[in-house]
Amino acid sequence: MPQTPMVEPVTSARHALSVRDLVVDFVQDTGAVRALDGVGLDLHAGRVLGVVGESGCGKSVTARAILRLIDRPGRIASGRVLLDPDTPAQQDLAALDPEGKAMRAVRGGRIGLIFQEPMTALSVHYTVGNQIIEAMRAHSDMSKAEARQRVVALLHEVGIPRPETRIDAYPFQLSGGLRQRVGIALALAADPQILIADEPTTALDVTTQAQILALLRRLQRTKGVALMLITHDMGVIAQMADDVAVMYLGRMVEFAPVTQLFAAPQHPYTRALLRSVPNLRAMPRERLATIGGAVPHPGARPVGCPFHPRCPEIIKGRCETQAPPEIPPGERGASCFHATVATMPSDAEATA
Amino acid sequence: MNVLEVDNLSKEFPIKSGLLQRETGRVRAVQDVSFTIGRGETLALVGESGCGKTTVSRCILRALPPTRGSIRFSHAPGSSIDMAPLSRRALRPLRRHIQMIFQDPYASLNPRMMVGDIIAEPLLVNGVAAAQRQARVRELLDLVGLPAAARTRFPHAFSGGQRQRIGIARALALDPSLVVADEPVSALDVSVQAQIINLLLDLQDRLGLSMLFVAHDLGVVRHVSDRVAVMYVGRIVETAPTTALYSTPRHPYTEALLAAVPKADPALRDQVSAPRGEIADPANPPPGCAFHPRCPYAVERCRAELPQLQEIAPAHWSACHRTAELLLRGVA
Repeated sequence: MPQTPMVEPVTSARHALSVRDLVVDFVQDTGAVRALDGVGLDLHAGRVLGVVGESGCGKSVTARAILRLIDRPGRIASGRVLLDPDTPAQQDLAALDPEGKAMRAVRGGRIGLIFQEPMTALSVHYTVGNQIIEAMRAHSDMSKAEARQRVVALLHEVGIPRPETRIDAYPFQLSGGLRQRVGIALALAADPQILIADEPTTALDVTTQAQILALLRRLQRTKGVALMLITHDMGVIAQMADDVAVMYLGRMVEFAPVTQLFAAPQHPYTRALLRSVPNLRAMPRERLATIGGAVPHPGARPVGCPFHPRCPEIIKGRCETQAPPEIPPGERGASCFHATVATMPSDAEATA
Repeated sequence: MNVLEVDNLSKEFPIKSGLLQRETGRVRAVQDVSFTIGRGETLALVGESGCGKTTVSRCILRALPPTRGSIRFSHAPGSSIDMAPLSRRALRPLRRHIQMIFQDPYASLNPRMMVGDIIAEPLLVNGVAAAQRQARVRELLDLVGLPAAARTRFPHAFSGGQRQRIGIARALALDPSLVVADEPVSALDVSVQAQIINLLLDLQDRLGLSMLFVAHDLGVVRHVSDRVAVMYVGRIVETAPTTALYSTPRHPYTEALLAAVPKADPALRDQVSAPRGEIADPANPPPGCAFHPRCPYAVERCRAELPQLQEIAPAHWSACHRTAELLLRGVA
């Protein structure tokens, strides 16, 4: 199924969630390891925010922190996670009790979560239907019969053939692709306004991945949900995202609308990452551009710009000592001394 | 001269059930697979999970006994031997000539051995003297881009990419005639993946490596391989020189695979599409062409008759009844 490359301007969309200055530490005997170092981002109704980065960059920690699923010894050290910002209903999820009633109403209720491996969310002991019905009834006062009807409709909506029989299947009776569809149905059970999908297609084959991405795109459009899509795959980003946050070692190093990110990446890390992606149109035996070294362990975070030990454009005497300025939330820019963050026009101005 | 000639290789696994574990069926994991690998050539075996590509590689390593077919291996010009019927003992002298690079660099290195010993182990097993081993280890470390000091350190001190380099050095220690690499870069981050792809390309140039490269990532395969064989439900459905396969695929499944890959360019969004349905179950494959339930071009004949591989352009083979009349879309 073809997908329309449509990117609406940011300004028309309502803020669904705002993350500000989020810091997450994992406290160990040897001291605290900073997993997130001041992350700020916005989710908008009807838009897809792609979060991309290599392992250890903090993309999954961001998702887990928003949902208050960070386990000990991790903790949110500071920062805010604002649901419905700038409205009377605004609440700061970072200030809630992770086990409390308010947070449980948000988790799986206002915000749905899709995992890489759907069995993370599903139990092996219950039928697919029982699990989705339970999730549905936890967030509403529907009767069982009513919920069952809704689940059949939901399974149909996520593209499961013969939903009236599949509702009584156990997860192990389903293929990987169908299981991920069930995972999506489970995330949608309580009609959330926000969906967080953490590498939802990484474990799937490429044809199944294309099906699941098309499904996510369609659901996101028709329901107008804000989708935060976490992936390491620049291809998935190019195909799905409206806006993109590039993360490196717990910081957002670049933020841009998707077409601008691919056409004119500003951060040396983004540029290097894009060049290192294997290309379906490559010449025979074509070499790839590489980034020297590997992502450092978050416990050995370099001083100054976290990317400076691998950066081909390092400014000696500056990048090793000073941290480059953070990107103001919602503005196109890069956290790099080369990029003139403050004077970059925002997307709204650029497209106006 | 070919290093490897595989002919009509089949591998079946019995399905056992009941109290007595009687055989009630068979999974035909690999069926009538034939291909060759020339000296200095890299052949990629691609396909989705369950297509049989790993089973083929395991049969070639003789980690699995094939059910039928021959696997002719030639480690020196003039010598050629069918490994398929050989006993474990008879295989032993051949093993040093076929080496493997594994997917997971964390699971494939012994954490209690120093890197130098890991790389030297195949040399030790094959009776190379201590002094020569030392020199060879240094040479290999240099070859894969690791410092000589790595010799006395343990695997845990290295990143995923460096560990994969260690695994490659070990695989090359005995100058193998054939290297089987099963998803060697799919567990790595993209920046590190690029480094290892380039290393493999360098080694191909410098050592004239012959390689069977098993992978699911069509982007990676395009960079690394000279020829590609596409598998679907246990059979090779198309094989061609790499550029031809990508620019002018001649099997509808190859077209579908290429179309499903997300392109790293937002302008190409509408060119990405997914085939309908799911991969067929190899225990119960559809009759005729196994791809027909998902194929947009399927006709009555496809449902009834198994298509055979036919050469439709030089070195370009496709197993599709309609291959001559279809104009399929590639990624030129």
